[in-house]
Amino acid sequence: MNLATLSASYLRARPLNTALSLLLLALGVGTIVLLVLVVNQLEERMHRDARGIDLVVGAKGSPMQLILSGIYHVDAPTGNIPLAAAQALQKNRFVKKAIPLALGDGWKGYRIVGAGHDYPEHYGAKLAAGRLWEKPMEVVLGAEVAARTGVGVGARFAGSHGVTGQGEEHGAAPYTVVGILGKNVSVLDRLVLTGIESVWQVHEEEHGPQDEEDRKALEEDREVTVLLVQYASPLAAATLPRQINSKTELQAASPAYETARLFRIVGVGVEALRAFAVVLILAAGLSVFIALYTALEERRYDLAVMRTLGASPSRLFGLLVMEGLVLTLLGAALGLVLGHVFTAGLGAWLEAQQQYPVSGLELRVDELWLVAIALAVGLVAALLPAWRAYRTDVSRTLAQG
Amino acid sequence: MSDWNVAQGERWLVLGPSGCGKTTLLHVIAGLIRPTEGEVFVSETDLRKLDGAQLDRWRGSTVGIVLQALHLVRHLSVRDNLRLAQYMARAPQDDARIAETLGVLGVADKAARRPADLSEGERQRVAIARAVVNRPKLLLADEPTANLDDAAAARAVDLLVDQATRGGATLVVATHDARVKAKFSNTLQL
Repeated sequence: MNLATLSASYLRARPLNTALSLLLLALGVGTIVLLVLVVNQLEERMHRDARGIDLVVGAKGSPMQLILSGIYHVDAPTGNIPLAAAQALQKNRFVKKAIPLALGDGWKGYRIVGAGHDYPEHYGAKLAAGRLWEKPMEVVLGAEVAARTGVGVGARFAGSHGVTGQGEEHGAAPYTVVGILGKNVSVLDRLVLTGIESVWQVHEEEHGPQDEEDRKALEEDREVTVLLVQYASPLAAATLPRQINSKTELQAASPAYETARLFRIVGVGVEALRAFAVVLILAAGLSVFIALYTALEERRYDLAVMRTLGASPSRLFGLLVMEGLVLTLLGAALGLVLGHVFTAGLGAWLEAQQQYPVSGLELRVDELWLVAIALAVGLVAALLPAWRAYRTDVSRTLAQG
Repeated sequence: MSDWNVAQGERWLVLGPSGCGKTTLLHVIAGLIRPTEGEVFVSETDLRKLDGAQLDRWRGSTVGIVLQALHLVRHLSVRDNLRLAQYMARAPQDDARIAETLGVLGVADKAARRPADLSEGERQRVAIARAVVNRPKLLLADEPTANLDDAAAARAVDLLVDQATRGGATLVVATHDARVKAKFSNTLQL
């Protein structure tokens, strides 16, 4: 027997009160864990996906949409830009690296991205099987795409218009899988990569049988969707976006700025949820306080008896404080587990939706803070009841009955 | 109140009607309240010279108390009620000693039960067991026969006397119950 086991026996003696306190605290802590995990993981993933990309250039429209479609591939593109304009920009002296992407088709909900080999190279991707695409209509699958579709090298499939998987199928132009990327923990995991020529070919074939003149006209009209730009020098940040936005029919958007803006918008919701969780934790503290305080009345004989058995008043104080601490520690631990289970559940759902992946297995230092805060709440909630226990008048209590 | 001297190992009865201060006297002897005047010595220890924490420790190691309403801790098993006494007195938690004490008092088979599952007589035995488990030099009992019939009252007193004798403890019983008198040669009338 020690203070902790004795406290625990009192907690077990009033299971409903204990369960309520645990539930409130676990929900509060769990919600905050969920927020911390999801927000931080998303932020990290988004920063990783945007690494080395200073500017995204595409058609006019919403700059955030341009970023979401150009880097993260979670939104529809703003439109296309002429290949010639993109090529001109690649020669700009402020531009160190410009990766053109052509978006269009999807397959089973995954986006097919037409790009050069410089695109996977930018993310340091490594092949897990096969080779990179060389000819039109050859594709390389991202790790997650391969894992979830179960498709291997040598397989053939037809893309569909749009990414949802419900558009019409381009039956005439089947793709061949020639390689599979290893897990890269980046946006590449969820993409099907192919040469830009493949995307052009798919859409040019849609125009049916062509003569030489048509083909030439189509070739002149060739377009890309976005250009991922890396600056040649910090100086470029001051000039290049303005140059592009004012002088051309193109639009330039900064991933750093747009993602910061996105998180500010999302942040309102996150803050509201966090406030709700804090209210839950405070309610848990109140519940602990009420449980301990009301139980004092029926426990005063127990406390007096403990004094007759040799317990000092400070021991009774310690017993009550320990009860608050044991309760909140259990609640916090339960909340951590709950938070991770929530996150894992959300992660599984997001993965099924082919959205940004979130892992419930990650642990964060912030969680230790949560435990510390929960313990502080338990301590504060137990102080007044503990003080009353400390002040127990043994002789008078026993004389009463 | 005049001076009252009790030698180690003696058995005393404190008699008097309800409300005359028997309980208060027991609490003073046990160091639960400090007398407003006068001195209390228990085997050479001057209780006035002990501060609060020392007094608690002294009580835990020296005094065993059987309370009128028993006040066993309801949600703890019989065994844990005795263990609580060892823990609060900072004595080693000794399961063998607990089993021995329960055995002597004839409630060994109730060790795992809660007080609520026991008969009144059994509860009384457990309360006595809890008071003597730490081998006190001074055993105090407040109205130990209050709610018992003649036979049970006699048994309770026998148990107290027996336990005090075994441990060489001084026994002081406060009561207004005339049935108890026969067992005691020393009485203090309040």
